[in-house]
Amino acid sequence: MKHSGLQREVLALYRTCLRESRKKPANTRLHFESYARTEFDKSIGLDKKDFGAIEYLLRKGQRQLEMYSAPGIKDIR
Amino acid sequence: MAALRTTSRLFAATRPVFKSQTRAMATVMGTAKTGVVSPSKTTTAKEPAADADSKIKTFHIYRWNPDEPSTKPRMQSYTLDLNKTGPMMLDALIRIKNEVDPTLTFRRSCREGICGSCAMNIDGVNTLACLCRIPTDTKQESKIYPLPHTYVVKDIVPDLTQFYKQYKSIKPYLQKTTPAPNGKEYLQSKEERKKLDGLYECILCACCSTSCPSYWWNSEEYLGPAVLMQSYRWIADSRDENKEERKAQLDNSMSLYRCHTILNCSRTCPKGLNPGKAIAEIKKEMAF
Repeated sequence: MKHSGLQREVLALYRTCLRESRKKPANTRLHFESYARTEFDKSIGLDKKDFGAIEYLLRKGQRQLEMYSAPGIKDIR
Repeated sequence: MAALRTTSRLFAATRPVFKSQTRAMATVMGTAKTGVVSPSKTTTAKEPAADADSKIKTFHIYRWNPDEPSTKPRMQSYTLDLNKTGPMMLDALIRIKNEVDPTLTFRRSCREGICGSCAMNIDGVNTLACLCRIPTDTKQESKIYPLPHTYVVKDIVPDLTQFYKQYKSIKPYLQKTTPAPNGKEYLQSKEERKKLDGLYECILCACCSTSCPSYWWNSEEYLGPAVLMQSYRWIADSRDENKEERKAQLDNSMSLYRCHTILNCSRTCPKGLNPGKAIAEIKKEMAF
């Protein structure tokens, strides 16, 4: 299936989230992964033509990713 | 006389306020029972009309809640009696938040125009709510929006991350390598100090930058009037030794030269400064 630009952006964000969690300590990695999944799952029911909302959530996601990918953060609950 | 009047006003104020509080309680309880009330039913919050000489004014305020990203932003109307409200827009906002709708979100701090927190778009003009008088004409309804062309955090709170990033990029601090001649402090003559007047007073409220059409379209690369004025504040400083580097940083088509002297910045500045002139001074320094 061919994805739209926005869909690709969402997928790219999801991928970087999972990749960033690889850089975390092995015993807490799963926490980061499940956190990323639940955050994405929260808005799974979003209308796919609701561009404003998707773009807002993308920006919010980028901000959160930036924050949680800092090396000082070791665990997430 | 004046004291008498205020006391009588206070007395008159107590009862209606009490009434509105009980009413607010009732609605809250209703919400708890029935679940979510649709926004169309909750948009207009009124306080009971008191007496004939009350000056009732309507405020339309931009509302958007990030917790429900799929609901569209909307305008919510509030009515206030100007006799019981302070003279400034910020007083009205604080009163709405205290007495009518505690979910209304806005930034405020000093309430005297020195912190720059309460910058917003009031009746089509970017200004500080604490320095903007409420127009006494009660027939005219006031509209309050967040700063234009900014991402909204919630209601009238704008996201100024990009603005602060740009401010950081001009290195807004004294850069000096040679030690002070007297070993203590860097001195300036009175004339040199005078050059900084009208520049250092800027409180970075972002009113000017967000009123600039050029900044709307190129906010990624164009620095905008507020940041450029601060840049000039350091270029003009006699103690700073990094003048050439500062100018070289601006020497491209985007950072500085997207200013097309529209001068919305100077017109809107709530502190009465002139960013347009500062930008012109930078251009002059670059050219000669």
